[in-house]
Order: sequence, then structure tokens, then C-alpha cells
Amino acid sequence: MPLLRTQKLTAFYGDFQALYGIDTSLEASETIAIIGANGAGKSTFLKAIAGLIEGPADSVLLDGLPIGAKRAADIVRLGVALVPEGRRLFPSLTVEENLLIGGHSRKLAAPWTLDRVYALFPVLKERRSSAAPLLSGGQQQMAAIGRALMSNPRVLLCDEISLGLAPIVIADIYAALPQIKAEGTSVVLVEQDIVQAMKAADRVYCFQEGRVSLEGRPRALSRDQIHRAYFG
Amino acid sequence: MTGFLDAIIQGILLGGLYALFATGLSLMFGVMRLVNLAHGDLIVLAAFAIFVVAERLGLDPFVAVLLAAPILFAIGFALQHVLLNRALGRDLLPPLLVTFGLSIIIQNGLLQMFSADSRRLRSGAIETASISLGGDIAVGVVPLLTLASAIAVIVLLNIIFYRTAIGRAFRATSDDLDVAQLMGIDVNRTFAIAMGIAFVVIAIAALYLGLRANFDPTIGPARLLYAFEAVIIGGLGSFWGTLAGGIVLGLAQTIGARIDPEWQILSGHLAFLVVLAIRPRGLFPRAVD
Amino acid sequence: MMDAGAARPTRVFRIETADRLSRTSAIIACIVLLMLVLLPVFAGRTLIQDLIFLFYMLALAQCWNLLAGYAGLISVGQQAFVGLGGYVLFALTLIGGANPLLAIPVAGIVSAALALPTALIVFRLRGAYFAIGTWVVAEVYRLVFAQVKALGGGTGTSLSPSVTSSVPGIEWIKTALDVRTPAARDIASYWLALALMAGTLAFVYLVLRSRRGLALGAIRDREAAAASLGVDIDRIKLAVYVATAAMTGMVGALIYLQKARISPDAAFSVLDWTAYVLFIVVIGGIGTIEGPVIGAIIFYLMQRYLADFGAWYLILLGTLGILVMLFAPRGLWGLVSERYDLTLFPTRRRLVVNEDRSQG
Repeated sequence: MPLLRTQKLTAFYGDFQALYGIDTSLEASETIAIIGANGAGKSTFLKAIAGLIEGPADSVLLDGLPIGAKRAADIVRLGVALVPEGRRLFPSLTVEENLLIGGHSRKLAAPWTLDRVYALFPVLKERRSSAAPLLSGGQQQMAAIGRALMSNPRVLLCDEISLGLAPIVIADIYAALPQIKAEGTSVVLVEQDIVQAMKAADRVYCFQEGRVSLEGRPRALSRDQIHRAYFG
Repeated sequence: MTGFLDAIIQGILLGGLYALFATGLSLMFGVMRLVNLAHGDLIVLAAFAIFVVAERLGLDPFVAVLLAAPILFAIGFALQHVLLNRALGRDLLPPLLVTFGLSIIIQNGLLQMFSADSRRLRSGAIETASISLGGDIAVGVVPLLTLASAIAVIVLLNIIFYRTAIGRAFRATSDDLDVAQLMGIDVNRTFAIAMGIAFVVIAIAALYLGLRANFDPTIGPARLLYAFEAVIIGGLGSFWGTLAGGIVLGLAQTIGARIDPEWQILSGHLAFLVVLAIRPRGLFPRAVD
Repeated sequence: MMDAGAARPTRVFRIETADRLSRTSAIIACIVLLMLVLLPVFAGRTLIQDLIFLFYMLALAQCWNLLAGYAGLISVGQQAFVGLGGYVLFALTLIGGANPLLAIPVAGIVSAALALPTALIVFRLRGAYFAIGTWVVAEVYRLVFAQVKALGGGTGTSLSPSVTSSVPGIEWIKTALDVRTPAARDIASYWLALALMAGTLAFVYLVLRSRRGLALGAIRDREAAAASLGVDIDRIKLAVYVATAAMTGMVGALIYLQKARISPDAAFSVLDWTAYVLFIVVIGGIGTIEGPVIGAIIFYLMQRYLADFGAWYLILLGTLGILVMLFAPRGLWGLVSERYDLTLFPTRRRLVVNEDRSQG
């Protein structure tokens, strides 16, 4: 049984339908990437899993358990954490407080502790007492990932973690992924940066206008296939 | 000159009372962006609660407030959980209308139960005790305790906000409601706890309201306005600013009253409007909104 | 893949604000108005007095509805202008010896003139804080008028019968309808109240159908978006604030001409002139013209049959307001119009699509 599974997942913003029956699966310790053009529904997909958009209960299954209708606060307790698009650190909290609040609802102390997050991203330790808005974009992204890790998730959902960052910073952030996977955490990457996504992921889904247009292992997919899946 | 100095001292002490009124309002706005039009009536309600506990059990109001505080915490928690959380959202009108309705319900409920008679909390000798500062100036013990309590409440609230997990959750929720939920924060419960704490502050404010002067069911709205003025004068986002705002208001009222007793309230309002005209973000702004 | 746009038949668009139903309702509105004008010929004095109350509450409700429901300015301080209007009427007639009929428009002008500096200050407060700020201003007005000894100070004063009877037309009413002076005074007030109510209704309706009305809708829906489209939000808000202040002031003058007795506590009462008005609008349905009409009728009936219960009546009113806000935020009219897709006073523009299949 896959760790996380979506079946016929739909999502609406008012009258506007953003997702049309998305079927995906994620195995334990696996990393998948969701790619696709702007407006394809990638972020919506993550929000729907994380509980920020309500849906029918059995459209999202975690370990076979229907979680599609649960609230965001309950879903993170079950082990699904989201690194939101645009990082969205809490501006009136320090870096360390942002990390601590990530662990607000966790039950286990392991594997992720403040010290381990600092070991993963040493620069955060230096800036632990700074107010979050004073950090650089890359540092903020690290803090946002660290904050999500503090809940000890089984599934880490990452929304556009390379957005607006310099290539060297992106490389730093992607370098942390293997250590996260080493703890047995499964990762869902939503990415515009196809090259990064293909390198990091075990499997790739391509979205187009709210539907899955292509699925497969990165090496098995040709440029041409991806191009068509992207733009239709 | 002594008269003027006396007015300054009494004004600062009165400011302590207004700061107590305002701190609860400031807390509600700080955490859940709620502007509570029933705030003054809740203070009066709490004063009646203390009054009843003190009368029935034959207790001193200072003891009665200790008994009333947990009850009021529970009422505040329930009020937020059952009613106010439903009203909060992107639209401004529901919370305003719901608290306005609450204000009318509380006022008339109290009128129905306690009639329009004036009451007062009685605490024996301490009510009239005063300390002489030399010259013709003396300060009452109760006003002094009011200011000291305001400072103590603000110190405690700062500890809660900046040193505890729930305080962190308060600030995070106020920053970004959606992301707070992604952290596993139960927003409804967090808001309810904040309201519970605000109600304890309200209980303390009510104790001094009832000790310093008569109260009846109709005086709530005026207290709301004082509390609101103190919050805005001080600038949103800091409890210490709220204390400063309360003191500015207390000074304006006391000095106005020295010129003509009928001008006390009016000069407080005018001071507020002047501050608003020249420093719209208050004297000590902190919040970014 | 096929180009979806090309496959569709050509469409002809029309933008309409009125449909046949609303044309019918316009005719009905005229007939109702005519009947109301002629009513004093048949009706007894109690009904006339009740309707005066209903009309001025409805006029106040429409003003507040325009302010809060369309411009997003949630004021709980409109009693400032009711009281101001009343006091202007008293000052002009008692001290200045002016005719009450002249004093009413002057009350509107004075209210508008004072609304401008008031706005300069309270507009600095955002959202919910604006609400309490307007309340503080109303309190300032109340405390200031309590200091004016010539108008009775804190205890207030009364209009002499010679003033209340000096409304032009009273003699004519007396002879034409064969009634005594007090009844004739009521009838004159009735027509004034009817005129103000109908005028307010027409004003709100025309504003909402104008270009500016469109901009108002944009403000209500999303302020930032409206600003980015080049809508000058602050100026439109200021215009609405001043215009509603003027109308509220005129209604206030009329209310106190009818009451013939004024005091600061009554004239600047937040309960009478704002809380009730708020509940009327919310219970009826905010942001529509029909809502306040329904709300005012419900409020009038409650006031008439339940007001004797005093405190319990107010508790009931507060509870009803809360329940409607939480469970039917668009009010009773919202419930009705949703179910039957009905609009009597259309202010929204509708997109009418005529599909022309022949050109497909």
C-alpha cells in the first residue's frame, strides 16, 4: 500500500475548478516531483493534501486512512507537513521561534530536533535570534523547510522551494534533500525548475490544466514527451 | 503649582485604570484582530460577577476576584469558541455586529437582573486609605494599586506572549492564519484561550472599576470608548504603548476636570482626536497594519 | 485539438440593469407612493404617527446601508448627525426664529459641513477602528451640546407650539381635511417624512445605478483591486460619508420637529439612532435596497408589539441580529432573493447573452 495516495482529487476556488480528478501515489521514502506550467494546479494539489482546501474524505488517503476532509491542523499531526509557496515565515517571530512553532503539535521528539535542523542548515543557527523578515531569501527557505521538519513529518510537501533564488542557493537547498530522505521521509516537490526536479525525484508527474498529463521515471521520459505534457 | 502637580499624579493613577480597561481590548485585537464593541459591558458584567461572589460568600472583593477569575476565563473561552470564532473572517461587519448585539444583550440582561441601581465593591478601610506625599498631595491606596496591577498585568502578558509556547502560537496566528494551521495550531482553541486570558484581565479591571466608583449596567459603552482611546493613543501592537495611552488619557481627563468638572470626559475625547490628527498611528506604534 | 472559441456560435452581449419585473415594480412603487401620499385622508392619527416613525427609521437605514453596505464604512456614530440635525433645527427656530421647513435643509447643509472635518480625522482609522472612532465623535458632539446653555444644556429644551404649528400648510390641512391643529401637525410631519424617505430611497437607487455606484460595488468587493483599477477610493468614500451625513442630519431635524423636545442624551443616543438602524439593515439584508425596507417593517412591528417588554425586547432584538448575521449574513431579503432570483430595485448590471446560432 502506498504511503500517500490521491484518488479522483478535485479542488475548487469558489466556482472555479482547479483540479479534475488527480490520481497519484507516493511510496514510503520516495520522492516525487510535480511539474507543469503556471496555473496547472500544482500548488492547489499540495494545498488540498495539506487540508487548506476542503474535499471529500476519501480523495486523499494516508496509510489507507481517509484524510481528505480533515483540517490542516489535524493533517500535520498525522505526519504531513507543507513548506508553503513563498516560504511564509511568521514575521513577528525569530528564526528559532519559527522552528519551534513548527514542532508545536508533534508527539515524538525524534528524529528532528532544533539541533539537527541547525546541523542541516548551519546558517540558521547563526541567525537564530533574528526576526524572520531580516533573513535572505535562501535563508528564509531553509528556515521554512526546517520549520516543516520540526513536526517530524512522514510526508514533506515542498511548494516551489527554488522560486526566486540564485542557482548556487538552490543547489545548497537541494543538497539537504538526501539527508531528509535518509530519515525515511517521503517528499513531494512542486517545481518550475524541471532540471532540479528531475534530478531529485524518483518519479515525476506532469500536470496540465488540473489533470495529470504524464507520469514516469525521469530517465524514461524524453524531452519531447515532457514538452507535450507541459503545453498540450 | 501643587494643584497642577496633584492633577498630574492623579491623572497618571487614573491612567492605570484605563490601561487595565484597554489591555484586554489590545489583547483581543493583537491575537484575533477582533474589535470588541461589548468590551465595556463585559467589564461591567465582571464587576457584577465579583459583586455577587463577594456578597453571597461574604468575601472581600480582592478574594472574590480570585474566585471569579477562573469562572470568567471559562466564560471567555466558551464565548469565543461558540460564538465569536464563527463571526471572524475577512468581512469586518460580522464581528462588529455580533459584539454590538452582545453589548445590548449584556446591558439589558444586567438591568433585568440587578435593576438600574448603582453598586459598589466594598473592601473596608483600604477604599479610603491614602499615602501623603508631603505638601497637600496625597495618593489613594486603591488608585496606586490600580496602576501597580496594570503594570503587573502587562509584565505577565509580555511573559506569556514572548516566553511561552501558547504566546508563540498567539503571535504566529495573528501573523498568518493559514500557515499557523499548517503548524498544527488549532486556531479556534488558540483564540478561545486568548479570550479566556482577556477575560481574566477584564476581571482585574472590573475589580478596580468597582472599588473606585459606583457602577450600574449602563456605564459599559463609555468604558469601551476609554479603552479604545487608550489603545489608539498608545499605538497598536504593544502592551506598554497601551499603558502609555491610558496614562495620556487619564492625564487629559484629570487636567480637563481641573479647568471645569464638566469637561473631564470631553477633554479626554479631544486629546484622543488631537493625537489621531497629528500622529494617526499613535504615540508608540509597533504593529505594521 | 480544436479551438474551442471558434466552435461556439457568435454571441451578442447586452448589459442591462432593469428587467421587466423591475419595470413592473417601478410602477407598483409609484402607485404605493401615491397611496401613501393620500393616506391621511382616510387614516387615523395613530397610524400616521406610526408611519412617521417607520419612514424616518427607513430613511436612516438606507443611509447607513449606503455607508456600510456599499462604501464599506461601518459607522456606529451616525447618531452624531441625527442629533446635530435636531439641534440645528432647535437653534434656528428657537433662537433664530426661522421657519422649521427652512431649518430642515439647513440642518442637512450644517451636517455635511461638519462631516468634512470629522471625516478628516476618523478616516485615519481603518476598518473596525473606524467604527469606534465615529462613536467617539458622536460623544464629542453630545458633550459639546450639553454645554450649550441656550439650548437647555444637559437637560435639553422644548419647541413651543407656536414653532411646531408654523410649518406652512398646516392651516390648509386643517381646513382641507377638517382636523384639529395637533393632527394637522402630524399630517404635515407625515408628508415631510414620506418625502425624505422617498427622496433617500431614490437617491440611494440613483447613486448605485450611476458610474460611481459601480465603483462603490468594487470598493465593497475588494478595496485593493478597486484601487488598482484606478478607482479613487478615498474621494468616493468621502463623498458618500458627507452625503449620508447631510441626509441623516435632515432626518434628524424632522425627527426632533415631530418630537418637539430635545436633550443631548436622547438626540445622540447610540441605541436609538445607530443600534436599531444597524439591526434593521442587517436583519433585512445589507447591501441591497430591498433589505432595509423589509428590516424596517419588521422592526416597526417588533417595536409596536414587543416594546412593552422593555429589556427583554432589546435582548431579543440583539439575539435576532446576532443569529441573522451568523446564519443568514445576507439577511431576510438575501434568503428570499436567493431562492426566487428576484430583484425589485436592480442596481447590478446583468450580462444578457443573445446566442445567435445562424452565424455559427
